[in-house]
Amino acid sequence: MLAYLVRRIAYAIPILIGVNLITFALFFFVNSPDDMARMQLGQKRVTAEAIQKWKADRGYDKPMVFDAQASGLQKLTHTVFFEKSASMFWFDFGASDDGRDIGREIRTRMWPSFAITLPMFLIGLLTYLTFALLLAFFRASYIDFLGVVLCVAAMSISGLFFIIGGQWLISKLWHLVPISGFGSGVDIWRFVVLPVIVGVIGGAGASIRLYRTLFLEEIGKDYVRTARAKGLSEGRVLFRHVLHNGLIPVLTTIVVAIPSLFIGSLVMESFFGIPGLGSYTIEAIQSQDFLIVRAMVFLGAVLYILGLLMTDVSYTIADPRVRLT
Amino acid sequence: MPFQPVILWTDRLVFLLVAVIIAAVWYIRGQPHLLAPWRKVARSRYGMCSLVVLLVFVAIGLLDSLHYRPRLEQPGGKGPANFAVEVRSVFDVLVDPLGKRPERTYSAPLAAFAFAKETIERPDGTQVRAFPRLKYGGAHLKDPETELTYDVVRRTIGALGVAAVLWILITMLVAAWLASRHDSDFGTTLSDIINSRTEMPWRAMLITVGGVLAVAVVLAFLSARYHVLGTDKVGQDVLYQALKSVRIGLVIGTLTTLVMLPFAVLLGVMAGYFRGIIDDVISYVYTTLNSIPGVLLIAAAVLISQAWMDGHPNMFETVTQRADVRLLFLCLILGITSWTGLCRLLRGEALKLREMDYVQAARAFGVSDWRILTRHLVPNVMHIVLITVVMDFSALVLAEAILSYVGVGVDPSMISFGTMINNARLELAREPMVWWSLAAAFVFMFVLVLCANLFADSVRDAFDPRLRVGVLRLAGARARLKPALATVP
Repeated sequence: MLAYLVRRIAYAIPILIGVNLITFALFFFVNSPDDMARMQLGQKRVTAEAIQKWKADRGYDKPMVFDAQASGLQKLTHTVFFEKSASMFWFDFGASDDGRDIGREIRTRMWPSFAITLPMFLIGLLTYLTFALLLAFFRASYIDFLGVVLCVAAMSISGLFFIIGGQWLISKLWHLVPISGFGSGVDIWRFVVLPVIVGVIGGAGASIRLYRTLFLEEIGKDYVRTARAKGLSEGRVLFRHVLHNGLIPVLTTIVVAIPSLFIGSLVMESFFGIPGLGSYTIEAIQSQDFLIVRAMVFLGAVLYILGLLMTDVSYTIADPRVRLT
Repeated sequence: MPFQPVILWTDRLVFLLVAVIIAAVWYIRGQPHLLAPWRKVARSRYGMCSLVVLLVFVAIGLLDSLHYRPRLEQPGGKGPANFAVEVRSVFDVLVDPLGKRPERTYSAPLAAFAFAKETIERPDGTQVRAFPRLKYGGAHLKDPETELTYDVVRRTIGALGVAAVLWILITMLVAAWLASRHDSDFGTTLSDIINSRTEMPWRAMLITVGGVLAVAVVLAFLSARYHVLGTDKVGQDVLYQALKSVRIGLVIGTLTTLVMLPFAVLLGVMAGYFRGIIDDVISYVYTTLNSIPGVLLIAAAVLISQAWMDGHPNMFETVTQRADVRLLFLCLILGITSWTGLCRLLRGEALKLREMDYVQAARAFGVSDWRILTRHLVPNVMHIVLITVVMDFSALVLAEAILSYVGVGVDPSMISFGTMINNARLELAREPMVWWSLAAAFVFMFVLVLCANLFADSVRDAFDPRLRVGVLRLAGARARLKPALATVP
């Protein structure tokens, strides 16, 4: 197990290097520091000296990947790549355009994101599994048919509709919770409820339909027939046997998403005014702050790879037949 | 020439796609084994009904892809021809009054008066606060307060009558065509259709055609005199915007998968067939790309392309051309983020196929690798490709709206579902509420995506009965975890 984990982590390193190289190419070659300076200082009437000064202030005036003039190891470290891009490996993201440390911003902003996404994830999972099991219980009946029709219809509705509709109905018409914003302490739930409800409903169609299919696939297997032949009630067969075995494929789709919960949801946070990482990214996109976007791309990749690792481990816990070697 | 044709980049690709589809249809017609699954699609009721609706959308999209720049009137008569900066499409000409009747600002659906009170000066010089009449909406009415409802009802009934006549005509034509194809007489065929005894679900399809006709003709009749879905903040007709958005949705849904399809198919099949170092490299590339969250990669790439375009403003003749290049770029980036899933699926399938007897036999006969790939592997994974393409379509249409909202979607000057929603979302907070822009965008998008989903389902059922709902996605997840699941008995 431990050897396996070590090998998987080692396997993640080249992938992270690849991600780092991609972001470096995108943000420093396609869009060179000169372009960035020109954009920051205004497109027109910008002198070469001003650009040089801007670059020097931010440390972009060094060679890109290799400094021939430096000596020894400095040939590699005294470069834009090492100082600006490779530094992301130890989570040093530098400062954003308004001078704040991106790493610190991320550490404070990930908690509001998490406050929304974690309940959304847990409640969503419970709801979807329950409904999927219900549909599987009533399979090939009108209830099942109606459920699938509703799922397909829900899948076809844009997520933006649920957000805008939810804000309008619950906050504007019924005045139950504030439309947007965020609080602190116990008061926080008033701001969390609406995004969570909207998020759970928005993901319902696709997830319920997927889980229903997974359960139906399980129901067709031999061990279920054996369980029935033993004289177990249908409810017991479903909740004890099918649910347990059906959860194994469900794991692949959900465990990988757990670390990414910290990233939050871009659209959701900007609609509901939650000061999390999602709205941080949107603000960065709108003000064209490349360093923040780059940091988020890298962070997202790290969390995704972590999710893959957790998926593998969760398999051994859920299914004792799987041995990680 | 009274106009100058403009062929945008996305137009070129759309026409190429149409040509490919026509060629494919031509080829498949002669191959019974390829035709069989399509016959199954043709027998599916949901599939064919949604296809009817989809074809209407496709027709709108294709007409909207024939662009030109009208010639400007010249005061002197002679001289070099000048063409308008504005790029129009054939579709604009067909719905001519719609796009060219701007009001001053918001107006409700089927309204004759403006939405907000204004100060109006009376002929005798006094001023009053009242709802002013609209410039075009209901302009033919003398006294809208009493005449409006009657006029709308009268036009709707007239339109329904016309639609009914058209519908009966189409039904007769279909029956006559089927009768001549199957060498039976007209009456029997018609009664077969009515009792749904035909092989293809003609009755259901004709009912769908009837519904589409009714909606279309009523909209056409009413929009001659009214803004059927109201107008937006700058006074543009919302129905026109919704119709124009259809092309963007279709372009994003189809071109995105098609631009990356050659790479995904070739790389995926190569990784599975050659294994070894080639497999390692290709797997590494798609795992790396896949590990970057899609939205963020798209955001980063679009931001950079935008910065690049801002730096080269002289490359584009018109705003439309510039917006079009941006749209194409968006398709490319979306393609880069979405090809990885297909590539992984195809790698898994190729790993399986390379051990098949016919591939082994081909290799034993000394057939070259390239020929085995193109002749034996690629045709046998095409069903997976097809299923992925049709399943991705609806997700991409929905993604466009979200990306445009985030600010990394289509150019703000382009009318799309995303920009419509983005411009309209703050209007719900107004009192009284302006709901029609949002409603129109959501309803059009819903119909398009629902039909695409239903059609995709029937295609998937026909081409691979083993792959049920969502299993495709699961298979992808499993393929990724293959090395981990080493000792499952």
